[in-house]
Amino acid sequence: MTRSYTARAAVTATCADGVTRLTRLRSDGPLALREAAGAVHLVGAAAGPLGGDDLELELRVGPGARLAVRSAATAVALPGDGASRMTVRAEVGAGGRLDFAPEPTVAARGCDHRAAAEIALAGDATLRWREELVLGRHREPPGRHTGRFDVTVDGVALLRHELRIADRYAGPAVLGDAGAAGSVLLAGPGLGREPYAAAGLAVLPLAGPGVLITAVAADSAGLRRLLDEGEDFVTGMP
Amino acid sequence: MRASLLLLADSRLPAGGHAHSGGVEPAVSAGVIGDVPALADFLRGRLATSGLVAAALAAAACAHALEGGDAWALLDAEADARTPSPAQRKAARAQGRSLLRVARTTWPARALEALAVVSPDGPHHPLVLGAATASLGGTPHEAAAVTAYNAVTGGASAGVRLLGLDPLEVNRALAALAEDVDAVAAKAAACTDGPWTALPAASAPLLDIYAELHLRADLRLFES
Repeated sequence: MTRSYTARAAVTATCADGVTRLTRLRSDGPLALREAAGAVHLVGAAAGPLGGDDLELELRVGPGARLAVRSAATAVALPGDGASRMTVRAEVGAGGRLDFAPEPTVAARGCDHRAAAEIALAGDATLRWREELVLGRHREPPGRHTGRFDVTVDGVALLRHELRIADRYAGPAVLGDAGAAGSVLLAGPGLGREPYAAAGLAVLPLAGPGVLITAVAADSAGLRRLLDEGEDFVTGMP
Repeated sequence: MRASLLLLADSRLPAGGHAHSGGVEPAVSAGVIGDVPALADFLRGRLATSGLVAAALAAAACAHALEGGDAWALLDAEADARTPSPAQRKAARAQGRSLLRVARTTWPARALEALAVVSPDGPHHPLVLGAATASLGGTPHEAAAVTAYNAVTGGASAGVRLLGLDPLEVNRALAALAEDVDAVAAKAAACTDGPWTALPAASAPLLDIYAELHLRADLRLFES
């Protein structure tokens, strides 16, 4: 028997007198949310996502408010009854800041996972959005994984980006023999406009107010190093 | 098949296409293409990612021109949002500018005049291809087909020039991709039913990385 979840979790951060408060923290099913150490943590209350799961997380960051989202552990997308879905919708108001950086997702053999993120930023909002994808557990080929990422600033498209993992599309133009792929999107006013590239890493200033850091590596640890290097390059940290 | 459409798809069109390798030279420099099978794999991946995105933009542009629309800046911004690499945006606009010059002379139309003022660097190439297809009497599906075809042929001939590959073997590999090209064109054309925001956005991280590395290379035969 397969058990699937349909879950709708939500976080709202509101700023009053310069102090951010979480005015809503709604956990649901496997999306358990805990506030700790200045961030909201996704605490896996069930294995997965499993095929058939339909999970949504809504993040609202009010004007001037700050919200950081982390996760307690790696998510493992597993096969099950059909495709699994994880959708994150986020809105960040004027002067607000959202920092979303969960642990990696592993696309296990046989999975069919559809991740989507839809983010609407106000003109002077700040965003850090980090995603890491590991292609299969130890020595196994990954299943299918599609990640679609849509970000607008004041309603204008900043980035529309989709990464699809399926046998036919790998190859030397897309992922080569990488075992992990990931990106960091930094958006907001005052970011550097300098591009940078090294083996497996590119820092890409977008046409709009943002920089996409994209990286591929043999494994998860290598990917982290490259993404950190890219972020340091943009933020000017050593 | 309309002869004008063949003319638009022809590599001999004086639109400067020969200056771009479709990402093949950057990949050759990175050492990931050395023979015909690797070139074919590369082209298949490029077709499924940036080829699909370009074909869908071309189909959308053709449909927009046929409707007499004037939201070209918006469609150009949607193309920008799907091209995170500054090197690739630069190449797409340079090729768009060159094709626009040919198209305005050969198949003049209001949509092409409107595209000329979208950006000082020129409009994204697929938008011009779509508007030109409309101007010569073609359909969105045909605009997508020409774009998808271009996504593999330019890179294939660059592979021959850069690596001295056997042109007959490369041509056979291209013919083996024909079904994929048709499938991508059909998929791209079907997207004209939906909003521009939902157009495909398939990315290829290695294409982006190689494109940026290429711009910093000392010795280059191709612009991109």
